[in-house]
Amino acid sequence: MSSLGELYQSLILDHNRAPRNFRVMPDADRKAEGYNPLCGDQLSVWLKFDGDRIADVSFQGNGCAISRASASLMTTEIKGKTRAEAARMFEGFHRMITEGGARSAEPLPPKLGAFAGVAEFPARVKCAALAWHALRQALEDGTNTHQEKDHDHAV
Amino acid sequence: MSVAVATGFDVETVRQDFPALATRVHGRPLVYLDSGASAQKPRVVLDTMHDFLAHRYANVHRGVHELSQQASAEYDAARETARRFLGAADASEVIFTPGTTAGINLVAQSWGRATLRPGDEILVTELEHHSNIVPWQLVAGQTGAVVRAIPVSMAGELDLGALGSLLGPRTRLLALAHVSNVLGTVLPVRQAADLAHAAGALVVVDGAQAVPHLPIDVQALGADFYACSGHKLYGPTGVGLLYGRRDLLEAMPPWQGGGGMIERVTFEETTFAPPPMRFEAGTPPIAEAIGLAAAIDYLSALDAGALRAHEERVLGHAAAVLGEVPGVRVLGNPARRVGVLSFVMEGVHPHDVGTILDRDGIAVRAGHHCAQPLMRRLGVGGTVRASFGMYNTEADVESLAGSLRTVRKVMGL
Repeated sequence: MSSLGELYQSLILDHNRAPRNFRVMPDADRKAEGYNPLCGDQLSVWLKFDGDRIADVSFQGNGCAISRASASLMTTEIKGKTRAEAARMFEGFHRMITEGGARSAEPLPPKLGAFAGVAEFPARVKCAALAWHALRQALEDGTNTHQEKDHDHAV
Repeated sequence: MSVAVATGFDVETVRQDFPALATRVHGRPLVYLDSGASAQKPRVVLDTMHDFLAHRYANVHRGVHELSQQASAEYDAARETARRFLGAADASEVIFTPGTTAGINLVAQSWGRATLRPGDEILVTELEHHSNIVPWQLVAGQTGAVVRAIPVSMAGELDLGALGSLLGPRTRLLALAHVSNVLGTVLPVRQAADLAHAAGALVVVDGAQAVPHLPIDVQALGADFYACSGHKLYGPTGVGLLYGRRDLLEAMPPWQGGGGMIERVTFEETTFAPPPMRFEAGTPPIAEAIGLAAAIDYLSALDAGALRAHEERVLGHAAAVLGEVPGVRVLGNPARRVGVLSFVMEGVHPHDVGTILDRDGIAVRAGHHCAQPLMRRLGVGGTVRASFGMYNTEADVESLAGSLRTVRKVMGL
């Protein structure tokens, strides 16, 4: 498969076209925002807890196929997980997209492996990570905005 | 120095002068459509800078030794080359800056901070790059002045009628681009400047996107200040030009203090050098200024009319061909456009388009292009921007269109 094909796998294209849990959650316990000033992409993540478990999760926002599909698949995978399990999934996912799939130490849900190809596209790592950073923010304290550490470049 | 001018424009010959164009990207020949961000450099610029740094380099202005005097003479000659290029009346009206952004900030922090009073108004257009918005917001915050926006149409044209009604007794400044970095619109700078001057306001022009594509005459344009960058003009990074009308520069306080910009320094009082030195504190970008002059000489030696005809043909071809790619919508339709074309593809985010084109060796830019207010005006989050240099061809346009036709398939649409 070409590297483009590895990036834009059918699972990712499907979640881009029809994102799951793509809605506002008015009765959420936590909300956090992700914003990438480099491209202007922004999304919100909402969480609802049942004790220590994530009872419901949703997102909404504007972004590229990678950030949208990543957010969508994230919501499907973390629903029902404990805070600690979700945090570990974040670590594993982040390692996979920055260092490549083969070096991931954390066992990840197989569907998230669709993003292993992102490691070959350094310019797109932030896209895949956007929703996950917002998730971590929401797990930690919520209501804050996560901002990717790239700044506006004057061209 | 006089420059022999060629007749006609042979793009294949010109391409041989730009070593970077031979680069391969992802196994494909580079199709460089990002000159609006930064242009590639002709070999003569690289050689000039290398020779200067290798054999003739020294600091300028303060040396009695031979190399310093030679370097000073070359630096002064570079300023004269820039003066001629901009159409300034006198070389003292041309300040070497680090770039367009620095030039605009210089005007804001020197002229603006000394002149603006609470309630004074600064007009900017809706299509400005952030670097012609934010410096005015900063000085407005410092002085109590107010920044107001002049609307542009969906075609990407400045609304001169709206400018007329926004101009008033409190207007001190009009800041506008000569060419839009997103839409390529050539703004009616002279007409806008006449309106602004009639209302008693000064005019600052962001020329970053104009200088590679248009003949520049700051006096004919009615610009009181005109800022541009070397690196978009086929020259090096780290150097730019700020033109300022002499009577204005002479009345302006320094922006930054340091060596080279003083007449006499005591702990009680310091008096400042006249322009341009007053505004060039510290060691300037010497090799870069000399490299920029080499780029200007290279550009000036081309047949200007034939070059412009070539660039118009390639850009016109791009507008026609891209408009026929399924799902592509070209943004804006200004009466005069140079250098830049922005578009969106239905159902595909600009960054995904950019990634897919990159794998075919095609370099474009995707995003908001540091013009978020214009993105909001156009109702888009971002665009894909193809921007052109003298070395681009109709074949580059065909490569772009061909790659764009694969995008929707890659995206499963």
